Amino acid sequence: MPAAPVQTLVDRVTTLAFDRFVLKAGFLGDALLFVFADGGIQLGREAAPLRPHADAILVAAHAGTRLITGGDDGRAFETGPDGRTVELGNEKGRWIDAVALGPDGSAAWSAGKTVTVRDGKGKVKTLAAPSTPQGLAFAPKGFRLAIAHIDGVTLWFPNTDAEPERLTWKGPHLDTSFSPDNRFLITSMQENQLHGWRLADKGHMRMSGYPSKTRSWSWSHDGLWLATSGAEAAIIWPFAKEGPTGKAPRECGIRPAKVTAVSFHPRALVLAIGYEDGWVLLVRLTDASELLVRAGGDGTPITALGWDRDGKRLAFGSESGGAGLLALPV
Amino acid sequence: MSTMMTDKIPVTVLTGYLGAGKTTLLNRILSEPHGKKYAVIVNEFGEIGIDNDLVVGADEEVFEMNNGCICCTVRGDLIRIIETLMKRKGRFDAIIVETTGLADPAPVAQTFFVDQDVGEKARLDAVVTVADAKWLAARLKDAPEAKNQIAFADVILLNKTDLVSPEELREVEARIRGINPYARLHKTQKCQIPLAEVLDRGAFDLERILEIEPAFLEADDHHHDHDHDHDHECGPGCTHDHHHHGHHHHHGGLKHYHDEEMQSVSIAHEGDVDPEKFMPWINDLVQTEGPSILRSKGILAFAKEPKRFVFQGVHMILDGDLQREWKPDEKRVSRIVFIGRNLNEDALRQGFLSCVA
Repeated sequence: MPAAPVQTLVDRVTTLAFDRFVLKAGFLGDALLFVFADGGIQLGREAAPLRPHADAILVAAHAGTRLITGGDDGRAFETGPDGRTVELGNEKGRWIDAVALGPDGSAAWSAGKTVTVRDGKGKVKTLAAPSTPQGLAFAPKGFRLAIAHIDGVTLWFPNTDAEPERLTWKGPHLDTSFSPDNRFLITSMQENQLHGWRLADKGHMRMSGYPSKTRSWSWSHDGLWLATSGAEAAIIWPFAKEGPTGKAPRECGIRPAKVTAVSFHPRALVLAIGYEDGWVLLVRLTDASELLVRAGGDGTPITALGWDRDGKRLAFGSESGGAGLLALPV
Repeated sequence: MSTMMTDKIPVTVLTGYLGAGKTTLLNRILSEPHGKKYAVIVNEFGEIGIDNDLVVGADEEVFEMNNGCICCTVRGDLIRIIETLMKRKGRFDAIIVETTGLADPAPVAQTFFVDQDVGEKARLDAVVTVADAKWLAARLKDAPEAKNQIAFADVILLNKTDLVSPEELREVEARIRGINPYARLHKTQKCQIPLAEVLDRGAFDLERILEIEPAFLEADDHHHDHDHDHDHECGPGCTHDHHHHGHHHHHGGLKHYHDEEMQSVSIAHEGDVDPEKFMPWINDLVQTEGPSILRSKGILAFAKEPKRFVFQGVHMILDGDLQREWKPDEKRVSRIVFIGRNLNEDALRQGFLSCVA
């Protein structure tokens, strides 16, 4: 199928404006979700934002019906689609630097070098990381947490007394993520590259060539592709079989503007791509066809993108609070 | 692309050895009625309270960049904090970073040039060092950090001048000048100083590099038109002759000390240099000598170029650009200065003069 001239979904987008930095955009259960850096959590299009934190929200992660936020008040909260918030932890005013959601109601956060894991029953354990962690991620199987820090990643089984395992690679590691099949662990790095380990044999993978840092990534629904931001196209690495080593990545949505946010459709090989100039495109991996969602808006970088469970709606937001809701034709 | 240069948030770095008065200066900045809002980044939370809305505790995490450049260290915690603060635009107009007394200012400064995201949103305004008039001379002998902080500074507050005699004050001032003759030096008590002398200095702004002269030659240094009534020892008419050593440096009425370890070298050529020779030379120089060169600066007349070329550097990192045109009545002089450790002055001079057009 030849790539058609730019087709547009612009008329299917409801434009929203919030006038503050959008940290997360997506859905909590069925509810439209926006998380703002100034501390607001908005559920639905109209509702007044919830404000569980005393001030700013620094970090947030959401999955399914759960949202975890960490604030500069040193607190971590969990919020559900009904707007109910529960305080998970209080680090006494120290900034929460990273958060993650885990299996069976578990969650993790870090403040300074202290990493805290809380299981679904509320039992809390802490671990001192070798340096201040920047990224946390739970493994898709087992109760295991990856902690990204300077010179590598610490893998921690909070329910055992075993010494945490260390995967080392020199340099500061930022965010971290397990592949959905639990075979690979990936980090983004300060030096504009990704690093990865094959967990079976701790073999290294380097994914480099980015002109800036990768701060957004997304696994495809089949787990075979990792889409990443940081270049003037979405860079998509193949993770079938032995992973990306020795293989070239796909480049989708090439434009003269850097990609700042990516999110794979939950059921199809379609990628939503947000750019530093406020554009949003959908790209189908199978034939590289592109659909326009937003032609710039206010021109500030797209900071968040998120699909609903069925992949019928896409929410996005920008640095200056320009936002939108795309409803796909069914 | 999305951030205008003028939108960049200015960042002032306050350094100084333990007890010199950094926190006093910080609180003075915050309490004056300037109508500005500051975000303050401090090392943990000190014993003296800081009265400000937005105070962030930092852990001074220094790491080496993985780019093969050993002196290219940055503050990882600063990158994280500044990125996060920038999501709250409108909450503050400027950032002040207070370092610990033992901190090397270089990683803090380099963070603004090495990290692209930070550099797009914030700009380093100046490194301000507070020094204790009574104890600095001793610290310069036994604490390498204190010497680094003086060598690195754009502005130096020689504080607690009321605790020393005029002779001691002259002595310590000369010690400072032996290391760094280019910083603006102010003698203060309890860090009393007009904020304009500390903030918005544009010390790293290529547009504002106007001339490179030892700061103590500037006429206003000893007699500002503001409250320097305590500053009576080396006043406008100061002609004390303490010139014992026969150095070729210019200096005004101060004893001249040559620090064994840390020096400045200034080289001028009354005419043009060849950019085809100069650029490779300076790049190669900072690549090889970067660890010992703390700061560098230059204004150059490039052959057949009507504009001045200006640069400034921190260790291996250089930032340079063509600036305004040479004025008709302005002499085309090419001048570079280095402040660093155990600099080989002869080699620097020969290297620079081999670039003459």
